Amino acid sequence: MFRSSSATTQVVLKASTSASRVVRPFRVKLRSQRSFATVTDTPVRRYGGLKDQDRIFTNAYCRHDHGIKGAMLRGDWHRTKDILLKGDSWIIQSIKDSGLRGRGGAGFPSGLKWSFMNKPGWEKDPRPRYLVINADEGEPGTCKDREILRGDPHKLIEGCLVAGRGMNASAAYIYIRGEFYQEASHVQQAINEAYAAGFLGKNACGSGYNFDVYVHRGAGAYICGEETALIESIEGKQGKPRLKPPFPADVGLFGCPTTVANVETVAVAPTICRRGGSWFASFGRERNQGTKLFCISGHVNNPCVIEEEMSIPLKELIEKHCGGVVGGWDNLLGIVPGGSSVPVLPINLCSEVLMDYDSLKDAQSGLGTGAVIVMNKSTDIVSAIARFSQFYKHESCGQCTPCREGTTWMAKMMDRLVEGRGHQREIDMLLELTKQVEGRTICALGDAAAWPIQGLMRHFRPEVERRIAAFQAANGHVGFGGHLASAVDPSLAVPDNLGLRAPEPQAGA
Amino acid sequence: MLRIVSSVSRPSSTGILGKVANTGRRSLASSSARNADITLTVDGKEVTVPQGSALIQACEAAGATIPRFCYHDRLAIAGNCRMCLVEVERSPKPVASCAMPAMPGAKVFTNSPLVHEAREGVMEFLLANHPLDCPICDQGGECDLQDQSMRYGSDRSRFHEITGKRAVENKDLGPLVKTSMTRCIQCTRCVRFANEVAGVEELGTTGRGNDMQIGTYVEKTMDSELSGNIVDLCPVGALTSKPYAYNARPWELKSTESVDPLDAVGSNIRIDSRGVQVMRIQPKTNDDVNEEWISDKTRYAYDGLKFQRLTTPLVKQGDRFVAATWEDALTAIADGLAASGASSNEIQAIAGHLADTESLVALKDLANRLNSDNLILDQTNGHLPPVHGVDVRSNYLFNATIPSVEEADAILLVGTNPRHEAAVLNSRIRKSWLHTPLEIGFIGERADTTYGYEFLGADANALETFVSGKVADSAFLRKWKAAKKPLVIVGSAISEHPDAAGVYNALSKLVEQEKSRLVTPEWNGFSVLQRVASRAAAYDIGFTPSRAASQTKPKFIYLLNADEVDPKSIPSDAFVVYQGHHGDLGAQLADVCLPGSAYTEKGTTWVNTEGRAQLGRAAVSPPGASREDWKIIRALSEVVGAPLPYSDALELRDRMWEISPSLVRYDVTEKTSSGIALAGINAIRERTAGAKIGGAAFKKPITNFYQTDPISRASVTMAQCTRAFTKGENYGFSESSQTEQAAFA
Repeated sequence: MFRSSSATTQVVLKASTSASRVVRPFRVKLRSQRSFATVTDTPVRRYGGLKDQDRIFTNAYCRHDHGIKGAMLRGDWHRTKDILLKGDSWIIQSIKDSGLRGRGGAGFPSGLKWSFMNKPGWEKDPRPRYLVINADEGEPGTCKDREILRGDPHKLIEGCLVAGRGMNASAAYIYIRGEFYQEASHVQQAINEAYAAGFLGKNACGSGYNFDVYVHRGAGAYICGEETALIESIEGKQGKPRLKPPFPADVGLFGCPTTVANVETVAVAPTICRRGGSWFASFGRERNQGTKLFCISGHVNNPCVIEEEMSIPLKELIEKHCGGVVGGWDNLLGIVPGGSSVPVLPINLCSEVLMDYDSLKDAQSGLGTGAVIVMNKSTDIVSAIARFSQFYKHESCGQCTPCREGTTWMAKMMDRLVEGRGHQREIDMLLELTKQVEGRTICALGDAAAWPIQGLMRHFRPEVERRIAAFQAANGHVGFGGHLASAVDPSLAVPDNLGLRAPEPQAGA
Repeated sequence: MLRIVSSVSRPSSTGILGKVANTGRRSLASSSARNADITLTVDGKEVTVPQGSALIQACEAAGATIPRFCYHDRLAIAGNCRMCLVEVERSPKPVASCAMPAMPGAKVFTNSPLVHEAREGVMEFLLANHPLDCPICDQGGECDLQDQSMRYGSDRSRFHEITGKRAVENKDLGPLVKTSMTRCIQCTRCVRFANEVAGVEELGTTGRGNDMQIGTYVEKTMDSELSGNIVDLCPVGALTSKPYAYNARPWELKSTESVDPLDAVGSNIRIDSRGVQVMRIQPKTNDDVNEEWISDKTRYAYDGLKFQRLTTPLVKQGDRFVAATWEDALTAIADGLAASGASSNEIQAIAGHLADTESLVALKDLANRLNSDNLILDQTNGHLPPVHGVDVRSNYLFNATIPSVEEADAILLVGTNPRHEAAVLNSRIRKSWLHTPLEIGFIGERADTTYGYEFLGADANALETFVSGKVADSAFLRKWKAAKKPLVIVGSAISEHPDAAGVYNALSKLVEQEKSRLVTPEWNGFSVLQRVASRAAAYDIGFTPSRAASQTKPKFIYLLNADEVDPKSIPSDAFVVYQGHHGDLGAQLADVCLPGSAYTEKGTTWVNTEGRAQLGRAAVSPPGASREDWKIIRALSEVVGAPLPYSDALELRDRMWEISPSLVRYDVTEKTSSGIALAGINAIRERTAGAKIGGAAFKKPITNFYQTDPISRASVTMAQCTRAFTKGENYGFSESSQTEQAAFA
């Protein structure tokens, strides 16, 4: 807390000394204060509080029938034929209008992504075209897709058909994580029912469009959630990310044009087409529109998966739907707002941020999958982040060097820092390592492994320093790599590679 | 080496001219259009490369060296080492230049701070788990990691974890490749080579993350004729040569570029020697012959050069050999010749597998001077005039040329298993089979090739049926009929087969039928695959018996490197001379043995199966009293009273040029024009008209790839390979589990 505030003052000081450009915003600020009397502010729009009639996933809790009868009662498969008959450009335009961004973590605009499939002259390409649904939900903290697969599988199947029609795909593959047994059987049941009802297969929904949907079960590797690794896995190979370019939209599954999309992204498509893009766009802030499934876990009184409006304040999300943090808001230590791969936020930021892509990005974190992991003051934050590092070490595919070696190295260091066995200078070295991994790898797993550590050091560095100091107080001086000075024979003249004689920078200095 | 004679038709022996000419011809024949060129800027330098090149190639073209571990010109791109990162304008992250296609107008920086920082980071990660055991690592001195860490590595490590470095159990890949898997940096070059080139699909990666390992999952040796190449490919010391382990350091070695005569491909090699010993043999890149690969026999049979050598002339006295001086030995031969009473065709010369062109020429000249035409080849039915004749070169050469194998769209293999007869050529067929819709038909004894084929039969009748077109419709047949560049590869064993005449008759009919596609000015798809280094040269100089000579019973026999002769074919009263470098079968039959030099010890000409003459060079001196082979024959000619008219190598090469200029036009292939090629085929058809077919099945001429000649038979390494691969016995680490263990073990 102290650190961060002092850092900001430093920034301000530096900025003010640097150039006259800085003066202007100051003036602007003054002017806005002056004009306060004359111009009324636009009313502040508050986000959140999604009404029941605006919910898309009405059976997320599996309280009703997940089969086709229940689904049709909830409005699925209602005049799907008409949507299909509107054609590919209409579907993609609706998605573009809705402002839907990919719900898998990266947040790429979905309409734009789907339109890559319909490049000029795509009709002349004789290859089949595929839509692949990424249901390999493996990000720690994330459990939104499984609720869809379990409770609203028909939404997904219908979404496959609508999205598939939009990108003129001939088939969809749903890649379901191996551990999701019940989910896979619900989806398979939904597919069977849809085929029986004539909604899928030849002349799907009577629209004259042929479309097939297949389920493929994975074997539980996190990396298979990366789109090209997922494609490799469906092809029967080791799930290792491919090099890009070529992107899947050119050369994807079985060498054919392919788009990989998250379950939630595809499952909301039919509702968007039915209720219109503008309805969907009416939720949330500009560029972050729509509703979203948030999965809140950790130290809250009522962990849940809840569909809410985008841009709902994080605090409100937790207070309203989860019964608050265990021990009250002031007992909060930090929140990981988007699954294990995004940096943790301390309490002061948690009270301010809105749950959308841009606000969290400004807070140097990310929305990710919308998996909110709440940690109160009973949490050992270093241990928690070390556990994330272990996870990424275990799930790294081992293909490219920075990730293979870096995740292991970082995990080893984090394990030591949990008990504080290290040298103060190793904190900066660890940060340097994360920078050496970030952006140097084939896929984003390297970035995902680096960010939590960066977040930890950004906001909780004093805690790590305290532990190192405590460990050294108890065990004597510790060199680089966790070597105890007491274990080194002082009578041997060895070069001081381990920093045993290097002075410790004072904690907090 | 070569004297400039007053002739314009002899190109320089550097091969540069020849290669240019050759590639020009190849691109003329290729049907695919060349891609358009694109221009981009690398480090401020404009460079133009063909579209579709990787960025790394563009950077190389601009003269910027890009460090790399996983990228290799001849293998698929993996992009996993991340060492080749470069900065591209308007790209937020550094990009892997091997995996990124070069884009027109791109601005690339290979020397910016960002690039250095990124590469230094990658290098640090690579070294983090790499044991720094360079002093005891065989790769030391020629290690990519070592070299690149000089530029991008730090002088001290930051990796001090108390948990230590990764350690990986070694794999048993057989008697050739030694593994130290702890050193592995997971570049997967070996995996890609094994899968794409060698056809060993078992090799792969298991495990993930830091536990990823290279291996076969189920422990298995790497059964391939090309496995030694993974040693060269490995950028670190994870895969090293087992026979060469701890023998020498690269900076102690003298390198000599030469040619390999252990098969008829004529692979270009680099002989590394120390003092008088050949320490190892490595491939030399030649895109027209062996690309960058050599077979395991080529690479590892060199230790056979140390054993069983003939080092001094030997004269048989009673039932034992007695060492003699050269003078005594040569006099003994002259006396033996006189005593045997042999005259004209009763003097027989037999050319063996490893006979070089110079000595063949000298021996033929000597025999001719003694009025003999009885020049036979060391093979089954070698005493008969060859069925294909030797008047037209294209009748016995690999006319399509080795690189053009990749252009063929349908290949018919007749009585040959290229995997064993020309392992490097086989990799080209596999490459083409993997990447193009090539179909392969196979007539002969079924063999485990590294590609799929359609089996059409095992004997001459099957070929006859195929030629007559009375075969059931199949994928191969459809492809064959539509092929623009069909290729028939005829095994060298066909001319040794009892049905040789019938087979060649059928083949000539096939060529006649398909001549519009098989033999055209651009393409000659009738190709004979020789398997013996000396054969093409022997045919070129006409080392074949006349019809009269082949009926004559010899009284004096001169075995030149002939070690495959049937002892029963040698009359008991004949006087036998053996000239060669190994005490193998031929020496046992001899009355006088003359010690010659092995291929590493003499500078001689080798003509490969395409008819490409290449110059081998002496790397070490011959052991003991042994001499260069042609000089021995030259010396003998004096003693027997028929002196040869050349006294140094250059005069001898002038003589070769008189016989056939192609013998001294080094490094190029001379194409036979389609008209002459067809005339040659017609001559075969007329000569073999009405030949009866016995119907005996074709047999593989090579049953044990690893031991085909005196050198490889004397090699310990090749004997181990025979045990491990040909006989399928376990070798190495697994050996202990085979033997009974003591109760306490």
